[in-house]
Amino acid sequence: MIHNDTEKLIFEQGRAGRVGVDVEGVCLIELDHALPEELRRGPLDGFPEVTEPEMVRHYTRLSQRNVGIDDTFYPLGSCTMKYNPRMNEAVANMKGFTQLHPAMPVKDTQDAFRLLWELEEMLKEICGMDAFTLNPVAGAHGEVTGLKIIRAAIRARGEKRDKVLIPTSAHGTNPASAMLAGFTPVNIEVNPDGSVNFEALEKALDENVAAMMITNPSTLGLFETNIKKIADMLHAKGAFLYCDGANLNALVGIARPGDMGFDVIQTNMHKTFSTPHGGGGPGAGPVGVKKELVPFLPYPQIEKFFSTPGIFIPMTDEHSIGRIHSYYGNFLVLLRAYVYLRTMGARGLREVAEAAVLNANYLRVSLRDIGYRIPFDRPCMHECLIMHDGLPKEIKTLDIAKRLMDKGFHPPTMDFPLHGCFLIEPTETETKETLDAFIKAMYEILIESEVSPELLHDAPHITPVKRVDDVAANRPKNLNLRWNSNKAV
Amino acid sequence: MTEEDQAEMLKKIEVKDVGELFEQIPEQLRLKQPLNLPAPLSEMELMAMMEKLAKEGEIAASKTSFLGGGINRHYVPATISSLISREEFLTAYTPYQPEASQGTLQALYEFQTYIAMLSGMDAANASLYDGATATAEAVLMAKRINKKGNTVYVSSALHPHYREVLRTYLRDVDIPIVELAFDPKTGKTIILPMMNDALAVVVGYPNYFGVIEDLKDAREVATKIGALLISVTTEALALALLKPPGEFGVDIFVGEGQSFGLPPSFGGPLLGLIATKEAYVRNLPGRIIGRGQDKNGKDAFVIVIATREQHIKREKATSNICTNEALCATIAGMYLTAYGKTGLAKLAQQNAVKAFRLRKKLAKIPGVSIPFSGNTFNEFVIRTEKRYGHNVLHYLTERDIFGGIALSKHYSNNPNDILVSVTEMNTDEDAEKLVHALTEIMK
Repeated sequence: MIHNDTEKLIFEQGRAGRVGVDVEGVCLIELDHALPEELRRGPLDGFPEVTEPEMVRHYTRLSQRNVGIDDTFYPLGSCTMKYNPRMNEAVANMKGFTQLHPAMPVKDTQDAFRLLWELEEMLKEICGMDAFTLNPVAGAHGEVTGLKIIRAAIRARGEKRDKVLIPTSAHGTNPASAMLAGFTPVNIEVNPDGSVNFEALEKALDENVAAMMITNPSTLGLFETNIKKIADMLHAKGAFLYCDGANLNALVGIARPGDMGFDVIQTNMHKTFSTPHGGGGPGAGPVGVKKELVPFLPYPQIEKFFSTPGIFIPMTDEHSIGRIHSYYGNFLVLLRAYVYLRTMGARGLREVAEAAVLNANYLRVSLRDIGYRIPFDRPCMHECLIMHDGLPKEIKTLDIAKRLMDKGFHPPTMDFPLHGCFLIEPTETETKETLDAFIKAMYEILIESEVSPELLHDAPHITPVKRVDDVAANRPKNLNLRWNSNKAV
Repeated sequence: MTEEDQAEMLKKIEVKDVGELFEQIPEQLRLKQPLNLPAPLSEMELMAMMEKLAKEGEIAASKTSFLGGGINRHYVPATISSLISREEFLTAYTPYQPEASQGTLQALYEFQTYIAMLSGMDAANASLYDGATATAEAVLMAKRINKKGNTVYVSSALHPHYREVLRTYLRDVDIPIVELAFDPKTGKTIILPMMNDALAVVVGYPNYFGVIEDLKDAREVATKIGALLISVTTEALALALLKPPGEFGVDIFVGEGQSFGLPPSFGGPLLGLIATKEAYVRNLPGRIIGRGQDKNGKDAFVIVIATREQHIKREKATSNICTNEALCATIAGMYLTAYGKTGLAKLAQQNAVKAFRLRKKLAKIPGVSIPFSGNTFNEFVIRTEKRYGHNVLHYLTERDIFGGIALSKHYSNNPNDILVSVTEMNTDEDAEKLVHALTEIMK
């Protein structure tokens, strides 16, 4: 990352008459025949006119004002920022995959279907589920898909259940997804360690409950040890148990959500399965279900007919919840996940979880030893939760986060799920040296908070822009969502 | 991880082995045997295998194609794949920490500006999943704005996938859908002011048949019945040539932005577009980037009006969207920059003219007609009299031509109709090849 520069908006660059990609013009008389003038727009006012080198420099400079996992440690809790293998990218850029049109005859794209089908098979085995849909394109998209599947199953039973129980420590997408699926989310208080409070559960669990959504391990980085009992309680009442698979990285090859009693799980290819986040997407959020829910999966579902080598055909079940995205979801993201799984194998995946958990616990103990408070000081799973309340009161979570940038690290998830916490997920792809460097930085911050707190209050110092005033940016009079040619200088 | 690393870390944690860390998982839930997965392959082996599996696709991609239907074939300039593989864009997370994410944030702000300018709307968001889900989000957004009506009137000439996704999304939230018929002569939606309880009217622009709908008429009717007007563009390049939806007073514009630099990719990732009027900005779903300042007064970009979003508002959020299609939006910005003001306009013109030429030629083939008289951009429907569209396509495939998409799958009254898409990728020889083959088949 470079600092202290500015990069003009692309709309403020270039000059009239400059051309990037040159395109052959058409005969205007012919154009009038093709499309009468009254249907056509005026010139694309405001669009830039820049040369190819100007364009390349603009985006190169923008990229230099960004930080990715290749730059540095990026320990966002519950986000699983692991290294994105370049082999995945090489495969996803192969012309035989990028140029496939989904409307090509099914017989001409058998190998693409085969790859998707095989990915489904692997995900079934990893999660202990009976079937998967690959169509959802994000974790939250998977959530709403899974909940719609549950809703359809309940409807098919002739029942009306409209409540979904969600622990208060859950990610915000859970209640929002429940609403989108037509349910009423009911918040369930959790124990201080994030585990489900049985008293609260028993009180809330009635005949109107369709499902409970649980993130396991929880957003506090701890395994829900009573998960089987919770599943039994829900099942006894005819409700389903939904697993938010955001934290699956802790479990791969170790334990399977399907064996714990979960009926539905959404998985995140852009977390556990190493596909890049791209500054916020594209992702993929395949959903796995148990047998009872299979008929309700969204269509198309890829079915295999005959054995080796098999014929693959996209199918529609009459009970399906319907289509949830054009065609087959984010194919190129799924392809990356497929490649990842084929390089890992069963043992490799187990080692992923082991190293991820070991790294997290190393951070937990090390950060505790230098003076951060660990609210639940017992072995954590793939992420650890630390509190900074041992530091002077005037030091805010944000101050520490921004100061970490000065030290060359991307900050962890902050103030979630507890106020004044950091949720740190190192992942398996970090070395001990990196973790030690991070611990050292956290120690320095601890010292700085006592001797020179202004270093924290003023942080970050070395980024292209200093602390951004998002409160001001959100004031109605300041809200600026686009460049406007009328206001151009 | 080496054994030394592991030993040192275990010592620090004061446990004897990694297994001890997993003891919080009840024993009966831990796997007793390894997962049954294919044995791991080395990079070299896997690359060889994947290259082999990509062969079929290479062969298919080398054929002459007139496939469109929402997944559009356009040339992607080499600069884009080069720039977008820069790790700083590729491997960054959602830009929650603005000081470390100015690149992503500025690229998305520029993308929002591009989409607002192309659609003629006041503001756009930083992307949704695809055009189909964007349409569903637009209807849910309309519901937040229009408290009076509850029924959504959707053109039956809107892309079938979009209508299917809309059905899936709306089924559980009690918004009834009524489909509006299309005029079999023009291919345009019939919009009459007799709709009750109207929440919104949704029309394609152009529609699935490639026909350019009369948004002016749609606006008048929608206003009369107190409904919001939502226009849907599945081929975003059309926006560089057609009057922007904003000029007709559309309330919410949605679209599929895949045309802007994303290859067909077997249908994904795609790029959902949504834009609206200033008054409705706070009802938009998904992330929005704003331009503000840092504490020194220097220009800076940051996620704004996040108070609509799930991580703050939970069940009261405008949408559940978290991960979107940020990298695809960044690509779209690059693509629009590369073509620029004149290049993009010329590209759209070329598409229109090429499609027009082929449409004229195909219409002259005995037995082939153009069923819809409405104006089109780069897609149009042909009718193969007395022959089923899917049969004709099958014969074309035997001649190494993907001639288009049969309408019969979604429109049972149109068994002889084929949707043909023509882009700058189609050479004159391609067109000749199709004309020649179709002439033979129709004999």
